[in-house]
Amino acid sequence: MTPLVAHLLVAALVFAIGLGGALTRRNAILVLIGIELMLNAANLNLIAFWRYGPHPEALTGMMFAIFSIAVAAAEAAVGLGLVIHIYRHTHTTDLDEMNRMKG
Amino acid sequence: MSVVFYLLSALTVGGALAAVLMKNTVHCVLALTVAFAGLALLFLGLDAQFAGFAQIMVYIGAVAILVVFAILMTKGSETPTEPVHSGSWYVGLAIAAGVFAVLGSVILDSVWGLPNETAVPAVTVRDIGNALVGRYVLPLEVVALLLTAALIGAVIVAMHEKARSK
Amino acid sequence: MMQEGIAFTPQLAASGVTRILWLVPAVPMVAAGMIALMKQPRRKPAAALAIGSLAFSLLVALTAFAHVVTGWAHGQAVRETVNFTWMQVGTSGVDLGWVLDPLSAIMMVMVCFVGLLIFIYSVGYMAHDENFTRYFCFVALFAGAMLGVVISNSLLLLFMCWEIVGLTSYLLIGFWYQKPSAAAAAKKAFITTRVGDIFFLLGMVWLFAQTGTTLFYNHGGGSLEPLALVSLLTQHAGLGLTAAGAIGLLIFCGAAGKSGQVPLHVWLPDAMEGPTPVSALIHAATMVAAGVYLVARVYPLMSAGALTGGTTTALIVVTWVGSITAVFAALIAIGQNDIKRILAYSTVSQLGYMMAGLGLGGVAIGMFHLITHAFFKALLFMGAGSVIHGCHEEQDVRKMGGLKADMPLTFVTYAVGMLALCGVPIFFSGFWSKDAILESAHGWALSQVPYWLLVFGAVLTAFYMTRQVSYVFFGTWRGHKTAHESPAVMTIPLAILAFFAITLGILGTPAWPWFRAFLGNHAAGVEWHAFLEPSWLLLLLSSCVIVTLGIGAAWWLYGNKSPAAEEPDALEKAVPWVWAALRDRLYVDELYGVTVIAFYKWWARVSDWLDRRVWGGIVATVMWTFRGWAQLNRLMDMYWVDGTFDKGCEELATSGGLLARVQTGRVRTYLRILALAVVVLAAILIWSSRG
Repeated sequence: MTPLVAHLLVAALVFAIGLGGALTRRNAILVLIGIELMLNAANLNLIAFWRYGPHPEALTGMMFAIFSIAVAAAEAAVGLGLVIHIYRHTHTTDLDEMNRMKG
Repeated sequence: MSVVFYLLSALTVGGALAAVLMKNTVHCVLALTVAFAGLALLFLGLDAQFAGFAQIMVYIGAVAILVVFAILMTKGSETPTEPVHSGSWYVGLAIAAGVFAVLGSVILDSVWGLPNETAVPAVTVRDIGNALVGRYVLPLEVVALLLTAALIGAVIVAMHEKARSK
Repeated sequence: MMQEGIAFTPQLAASGVTRILWLVPAVPMVAAGMIALMKQPRRKPAAALAIGSLAFSLLVALTAFAHVVTGWAHGQAVRETVNFTWMQVGTSGVDLGWVLDPLSAIMMVMVCFVGLLIFIYSVGYMAHDENFTRYFCFVALFAGAMLGVVISNSLLLLFMCWEIVGLTSYLLIGFWYQKPSAAAAAKKAFITTRVGDIFFLLGMVWLFAQTGTTLFYNHGGGSLEPLALVSLLTQHAGLGLTAAGAIGLLIFCGAAGKSGQVPLHVWLPDAMEGPTPVSALIHAATMVAAGVYLVARVYPLMSAGALTGGTTTALIVVTWVGSITAVFAALIAIGQNDIKRILAYSTVSQLGYMMAGLGLGGVAIGMFHLITHAFFKALLFMGAGSVIHGCHEEQDVRKMGGLKADMPLTFVTYAVGMLALCGVPIFFSGFWSKDAILESAHGWALSQVPYWLLVFGAVLTAFYMTRQVSYVFFGTWRGHKTAHESPAVMTIPLAILAFFAITLGILGTPAWPWFRAFLGNHAAGVEWHAFLEPSWLLLLLSSCVIVTLGIGAAWWLYGNKSPAAEEPDALEKAVPWVWAALRDRLYVDELYGVTVIAFYKWWARVSDWLDRRVWGGIVATVMWTFRGWAQLNRLMDMYWVDGTFDKGCEELATSGGLLARVQTGRVRTYLRILALAVVVLAAILIWSSRG
């Protein structure tokens, strides 16, 4: 097992855990947490490939990861803002009860 | 593989697991923070110092705090009365397991045409800065715009209705 | 003496007076129209218009008459026509026109003169009636139409005026239409004459079809001229008749209806429901005479081809019908108690005489009696009107009596008329005209039965007239209020007519047969020795016997006695069952009621049933078919079309609902599906690239 493969497996595991959390938890904020975990796992993937890839001095992986962090932060802010807004209207963060878009 | 790696991996995975399994939401967030920290250290182990510190600063320093704020504002800190997991949690588990299976099999079955040991890249912050305003200036500007929009958007979305109607 | 062959020289061109002859009927008709269009009925203008128009017509008629007389005196026959085409259909057409010849001239003068006197009389009689102007409108129209009949040269024009005459008769009989009896009488008159008119129409159409023209005289091309008559004689029409005879008989049917011959006489007595001047004018002097005039007009047709015993089948029929009518009506007249009804039946009887005269002796004989009868019958009716007026609208003779003292003028004039009607010899015109008829009947080769019938009729005439006069004028007054004489406007015409009732006889004496000569277009000289001929003396004797018999019998029975109204009649006491039959008008009306009217009622019921059940049923069936069809369509639409359509829509909605279940509205589900899809896709990609 090369270090790359090990890191990739860890990333995959964290990703799977984050996905599982997003798919099972009822609280909206915890779904967002799961999504953050997934993003982080992806970042780990990126850094791992940067480190063990062919041209680390091109900084491509690093840049990608940095931008990913920035975007994730922005998305977390907006998402949580939405959750708060919804909470103000419905007084709940339970996703099961947010089915007004039901067809 | 060094022991540090395994420890750090265990920390990260454990934190992640705790984040998704715990009942109390605040505990989840704290576990998440632990996971973030583990990941940051993993970055440092990969010689991506800037990414690691950026991870700590942004994720732990901002996102996690933000999540805590959100939890507190939505009264998630109270002891939950209903089960935290949805009724059909096994479906989610199965799907997650499937994802992991696929990813894992792909990773393990791939033949990497890469050298096992590579030199540590000599990356300085100056290089990163040069890259940011040089080659990656467009993404930089776009991200700046994005962050501005997100800032304003988040404020507007989360603002009190009464304040907005004035 | 049998057949008066009217040989006229070829016609001259129409003279001035003939060209304006159309004014004679037209002016009274226009006057009637003007009266009808008057906004508010005004009495004086209406009467003035009517009387003035008829006076004008009289002037023109007298001028025309003078023209004809001068022509005759100079030995030139006058028959002038003015013809014009009325309708042109391709090459053939229908012509109308008018004719001036002795027959039409004399008839015109009589109608105008008697009509004028009656108009003047009506001013007094109808003075208290509120429908004064309507009356004068109708009588003026009648006068115009009657004059149209008289001068018409075309059978079609004659028929048109004939119908107008019938219409005005209907209007005038039913003048007081609020009375149901009057309305019924008017209807009866119209329908009965209609029955005769149907045959008239058939005859007219046949004549037109055969000869191609409706004109009587048309410079040799008319239907009564020799050329046409020859062609008609060659056609045979079955029953041993020629076309001429058959057409003549058909036309006679129309005349029989209008002139009240048996069996179409039933309307005349009922026509007494109209005002008395109407009875005088229409049902004594003029309209009923129109039938006789018609037969006289088409006499050449009826007398064409004289076969058996110098006469034709048509004329034989006319003679018999006339004779039977004369006796039949005279019998019924005996048993009547209404003053006007006695006179009505008397009119029917005298019309029978006229027809018999036409059949037996020819145009002149019949027409002479028509002219004299017009005067004295009008006189009698107007006298009766004066009596009714004086007795305060009482019409039952049993409630009158002794009026010769209270109404002397009326009595004298009425007596003159009565004597003329009875045929009292020498001094009264009726004697001369009736005598001429009896003379021709006596000389009829075929049979003497008509002669004896007519003699018997004369006896009956004298009888019932004496009965009437003794009831009305002799004896004691049996009414309620005292009677009074009528005003001058009514008695002066009476006097004038009485004068003519006496003097007209002069025109027909054997010594100076002016009338016959005038109509027959040969010279007439005064021959006093004619009075000494044995045949004539015999006739004079027989007339004296007839008159004495009739008057004597009646005077012996009724005389100066005045039985009360409730007492049975003297004759009734003698022969009660005969009396009952006579009083009930010999049951002719009842016979009609049982046969014709009953059939008609049955037919009406059948038609009603047909209409309601059969035709109505068909219509209803069609309607129900359509309704059923509409219902079927509705059901089809509701269940089939709508059903399928609705079902389809329902299915769509259900499927939509089913599909919508995918949208749970839950984020988690969406995420799961996303993740699952990614996994599946990735797996496929990986293992497909690998494998």
